[in-house]
Amino acid sequence: MKAYFAIISARFRMLLQYRAAAIAGFGTQLFWGFVKVMIYEAFYRSTTTPQPMELSQVITYTWLAQAFFTLMPFRIDAEIRRMIREGNVAYELLKPVDLYNLWYSRAVANCTATPLLRSIPLFIVAMLWLGMQPPDSIASGFAWAASMVGAISLACAISTILMIAILWTISGEGFMRIVPAMVFVFSGNILPLPLFPDWAQTTLQLLPFAGLSDLPNRLYVGNIPPEHVIFVLAHQLIWTLILVAFGRWLLKRGTRIMVVQGG
Amino acid sequence: MPQIIVKNLVKTFRVAERESGVWGAVKGLASRRHRIVRALDSISFTLEPGELVGYIGPNGAGKSTTVKVLSGILVPDSGEVRILGYVPWKERIQYVANIGVVFGQRTQLWWDLPVIESFDLLKDIYTVPVEQYVKSRDELIDLLSLADFLDTPVRQLSLGQRMRCDLATSLMHSPSILFLDEPTIGLDAVSKIAVRDFIRRINRERATTVILTTHDMDDIEALCNRIMVIGNGKILSDGTLSELRSRISNERHLTVHLANDGIDIEDPDAEVIDREENRIRLRFDPDKIPAATLISRIASRYPVRDLFVENPPIEEIIAELYRTIK
Repeated sequence: MKAYFAIISARFRMLLQYRAAAIAGFGTQLFWGFVKVMIYEAFYRSTTTPQPMELSQVITYTWLAQAFFTLMPFRIDAEIRRMIREGNVAYELLKPVDLYNLWYSRAVANCTATPLLRSIPLFIVAMLWLGMQPPDSIASGFAWAASMVGAISLACAISTILMIAILWTISGEGFMRIVPAMVFVFSGNILPLPLFPDWAQTTLQLLPFAGLSDLPNRLYVGNIPPEHVIFVLAHQLIWTLILVAFGRWLLKRGTRIMVVQGG
Repeated sequence: MPQIIVKNLVKTFRVAERESGVWGAVKGLASRRHRIVRALDSISFTLEPGELVGYIGPNGAGKSTTVKVLSGILVPDSGEVRILGYVPWKERIQYVANIGVVFGQRTQLWWDLPVIESFDLLKDIYTVPVEQYVKSRDELIDLLSLADFLDTPVRQLSLGQRMRCDLATSLMHSPSILFLDEPTIGLDAVSKIAVRDFIRRINRERATTVILTTHDMDDIEALCNRIMVIGNGKILSDGTLSELRSRISNERHLTVHLANDGIDIEDPDAEVIDREENRIRLRFDPDKIPAATLISRIASRYPVRDLFVENPPIEEIIAELYRTIK
């Protein structure tokens, strides 16, 4: 256990060094947030039918999604990618630790350090000037915080699968493009899930991606009542367990076929 | 009892092949041809604790593959390996806690962290007791003279500094076996000597078994009392340096300094290989003609100022051996 904590903390410290990237990321997230908010405002002004979420909720939802953008398993750990391309992955296998846990630990550091650097300033700016509201109630706030822990474990399980997938160098690259696209749409980052057509709702809510962003965000804005947090946590936990089991199976096969690139 | 037992080890790789050009790439989408390469073709050897073995062979011979299988990274197709009682790829986690590995072309240090933080991380990864870790760390820092750049991020180190740090990294947990895959590659002369001295000391003082692959014959000459030569996945030779010499070629070289220019040496039992003004190098077979006889004959016929007999350089021996592989 100590080994994994040491790895998480070392990576965490390392990621905190990248200030320029954090500033650039902050700007990008802010810009896209603006674009999305403007589109929703135009949409809500021109519609007469009642929508499943109010505009103020959608705006808060959007800024939350922007603030925790880097928590999403969109990108693969650049270091792991380089490691596999250049064959340094050999050294990962020389550490007397379980490789799955090692990579999951890396994912935990990635999923916490980077969002931490970017979410706090975005939170402050969005709350002060951009129409983001505080949690719907104190209970909602706690429910949201709990579901964020679930979202992190789920995101890390997906990230770890992405890392493992590049062991199949070429087909892994294709997989790496499909998953982020799915995350983008099905986590509610592009459009809050409640605004999707009714026939798609059940599927969208059952998919693991909802637990990454949509469910926590809706707990925050009160679209899901705080007492339902237990369902959200169950959804996240079950999917985390399934994806960890899948990742472990995949890694077992991956290390057997592994070839160390570049001699 | 041997510390390392390797028996009939086989490892094959599938190499995808496609014809060059656009049409080749399109055809490759539909069907791929694969060629099976036998990287290790039934390799067997044993090693006793505390040995320092040179493992050499041309590029692509299977050296690195052997090291990767023995260190538990790659799973072989067939064959047996027992090291310290473990089967490396089956009991990887327990096994790798007892070995150290350095790949000369790679680094296991954390790119963006200061060297010392990479070291401290190892203490937790290997769960080494703090006292033992501190002792080992300070000793390695001292032996490899790392003190000056402990706080430098790894990305800013020179290759020689980085290699010394990588060596320290591999030994921080006091392993009983050390695998070194081309540790002197790309280093300047001073760094090479420092690395060599260090390897020798570790082998002597800690009684660490060292398996060293290299292309640098000076490494071999300076360090190894046993040399294994691998080619096309097979072990071609296993023994001391002098055994290897006598297996490949028996010849000796006689260099003669003549008192004046413009004289050619002609002798029925020796052949001139090169000459430079009044310095002439001859090749002869000591089984046909004893060195003493040849020397006295040449000294009596020509105005000799100085002469000496030597073995051909090890590079030539190895090059000769590699030629016979192909």
